[in-house]
Amino acid sequence: MFNIVQNRRIYFLISLAIISPGLVAMIFNIITLPTHTPWKLSVDFKEGTRLVLKFETPVSEDALRNSLVAQGLANPSISRLGAETDNAWQVRTEFLDADRAESIRNALDTGLAKIDRAQSSVDSVGARVANEVTSAALLAAIAASIAVLLFIWYAFRKAQHSLRYSVCAIIAMGHDVLVAAGLTALFGIFFDWEVDALFLTAMLTVIGFSVQDTIVVYDRIRENLTRHRGEPFTQIVTRSLVETLHRSLALSLVNIFVMVALLLFGGASIKQFVAVLLMGLVSGTYSSIFNAVPLIVAWEERDFWGIRNKAAAIATGK
Amino acid sequence: MRERNTVSLIIIAVLGLVSAFLAAPVEKPAFVRSLVFWQDERVRDLQLKQGLDLRGGLQVLLVADLPAGQSLVTGTLSSAVSIIEGRVNALGTSEPTVQQAGNDRILVELPGVTNREAAIDLVKKQGILEFVEATVANQPQDGAPISTTFSLFRSLIYPETASAGRPIDANQTVSGTRVYRTAFTGEILLNNSRVGVNTGQTVVVFSVKPSAQTGFGDFTGRNIGQPLCIVLDGIVLQCPSIRAALPTGGEISGGFTPEAANSLAVTLNYGSLPVPLKIESVKDVGATLGADSVRRSVFAGLIGLSVLVIFMIAYYRVPGAVVSLSIVFFSLFTLAVYVLLPVVLTLPGIAGFVLSIATAVDANILVLERFKEELRSGRSLRGAVEAAFARAWTSIRDSNISTLITCVILFLFGNTFGASAVKGFAITLALGILISMFTAMVVTRALMRGFFSREIEDEAQRASLLGA
Repeated sequence: MFNIVQNRRIYFLISLAIISPGLVAMIFNIITLPTHTPWKLSVDFKEGTRLVLKFETPVSEDALRNSLVAQGLANPSISRLGAETDNAWQVRTEFLDADRAESIRNALDTGLAKIDRAQSSVDSVGARVANEVTSAALLAAIAASIAVLLFIWYAFRKAQHSLRYSVCAIIAMGHDVLVAAGLTALFGIFFDWEVDALFLTAMLTVIGFSVQDTIVVYDRIRENLTRHRGEPFTQIVTRSLVETLHRSLALSLVNIFVMVALLLFGGASIKQFVAVLLMGLVSGTYSSIFNAVPLIVAWEERDFWGIRNKAAAIATGK
Repeated sequence: MRERNTVSLIIIAVLGLVSAFLAAPVEKPAFVRSLVFWQDERVRDLQLKQGLDLRGGLQVLLVADLPAGQSLVTGTLSSAVSIIEGRVNALGTSEPTVQQAGNDRILVELPGVTNREAAIDLVKKQGILEFVEATVANQPQDGAPISTTFSLFRSLIYPETASAGRPIDANQTVSGTRVYRTAFTGEILLNNSRVGVNTGQTVVVFSVKPSAQTGFGDFTGRNIGQPLCIVLDGIVLQCPSIRAALPTGGEISGGFTPEAANSLAVTLNYGSLPVPLKIESVKDVGATLGADSVRRSVFAGLIGLSVLVIFMIAYYRVPGAVVSLSIVFFSLFTLAVYVLLPVVLTLPGIAGFVLSIATAVDANILVLERFKEELRSGRSLRGAVEAAFARAWTSIRDSNISTLITCVILFLFGNTFGASAVKGFAITLALGILISMFTAMVVTRALMRGFFSREIEDEAQRASLLGA
């Protein structure tokens, strides 16, 4: 029925088609953004201050900008939060210390419109913190990958070439990270998304889930290798994929239900986070079935695209 | 076998009820609260605790601001932490936390604080050290707050020794309160106070700057036998008696423990904070900003879960309903563990919780798919239940172990962050995974055994009930 393994080039091409725009977007961002990073960075990752201001009466963007410039802010970046009737604005500026931020808010109170403090926030992050968070996050991701690689190698030590399982699982994980990170960069260009500490959490979740999902499929291969000893490897793998397909689909659906509900009805502050998570989780299920496992077969057959096999099948008239 | 399962079911039901009680936002009786002896007594209310990003408040990250080339002496940061802790406790906000973050930072969290300006001032101020004149008759108690001429009017007896001081004016009084006269501020001291030992007693040795030696010698010479109070930020630390004229400095003795002596020496050297601190990052979250987000997300989560239950029942029939029940148990257990430990919920923490629900569902789906397979291969109902759990276990185990490994690494790296967002995520996810393994392998199994203890003979009925 599903010749996922033999038709692997189709699925590899689909992955490529999804990843490429994201890659282009990340490269575009690295070149064009002043920070030279793949994404627009929020204050969690670069020095600066973010003010969320909820006014009690409507204000216009120009009036807000003029008031801020009058307070000595050189180049505030202003965007509206939520609906027009919310009167909520996000302002990003250079680093402001606590006193300065407070005096600016006080000046807006008297000069522009009263700020509802209970629904407003100030976020100021110094350069050193920002750098350390970024490097620690990268290190964490690398360390986690190595640990997971070693664990899979150990867990599947009874299968032949268990290191291959590890490597393919990590490649599939990289695929999912690229999908989620690339699409985030793309949305950054079109919808002004920026990455914050929550984005980092989302990526770490994607990493965890991706490997978890792959291991479930691997586990079935491991089991079938002993149950169906003597069958060709490709056949065992295909059988395992078909057997776990229901579970993968059911789980993906469940994830999608919960995430879409959070997207539609959840609080504004987590929407982008949930969207990244959703992309990553769907990609995680896809890559387990259509990348990680076919890659193992490709490695076994020394035939990445699965073309030689196809030619052989045609030649024998199958 | 069947009786044993009945016992398991009863235990699970009791656990579920206890968890539901713990997780529910109701007042817990005092005797129940007293059982969780490992929690801090002041906050032992057995309620789900929300982090600063959810309930609003102020988070300040301070960093040691040392001149280039100078490094922190071991222990100075921890004494700064305890000093700031004392100050924020005086502020009276609920559950303030002050902790060392990394090598040279201090993280201060003040949930629910409303007067942010006062709070920031309190955290970063250096503190003022005064030497206050007193007599044996009107000596204030150690630890008592007093009014001094310097704190009220910035005036003192020997103004030439303090840069910002003025002479005391006779009109500077406040009706109804005793105002002590400040003799000197901490500025007269050389910053070399240290702990010493004199005839077997622990003492604090201090020296006076040359410019202030005339004044200090004069004052101590005139007040022999009287107490001289050391006052920090308006609070009396100690009132040692003056034994002799001490122009260049002297020793303070008084039955010190080495720790107390050290803390006094540190205070004499640095005013109050043993190291200058500057604010590196500030997070100020409005009180209802987070709450609104939580309310909407909880609502959304409930909708998501309802759709999930409908799907599980439509797709897996009776076993789907059993699993849905098991997921409810999972949620109750997890929330109860959050209350018991306690885990402080933040936005990333909620993400960890949501992901662990997905993990719990996954473990159960793995079992259900196995169950269907085993039924199709012709096993009896009871046989299929047992085989399903045995077969699903290895994939549940291995996939969860890999995520647990990731959690441990995230937790370790989260420790080095100024912001502990990643740590909160790792903790809730790890707890969720452990509990999800327990609910899948114990709760779901007991429920399934209970539901499918008898064979369904009718083929059509069996197909419609089990979906296989």
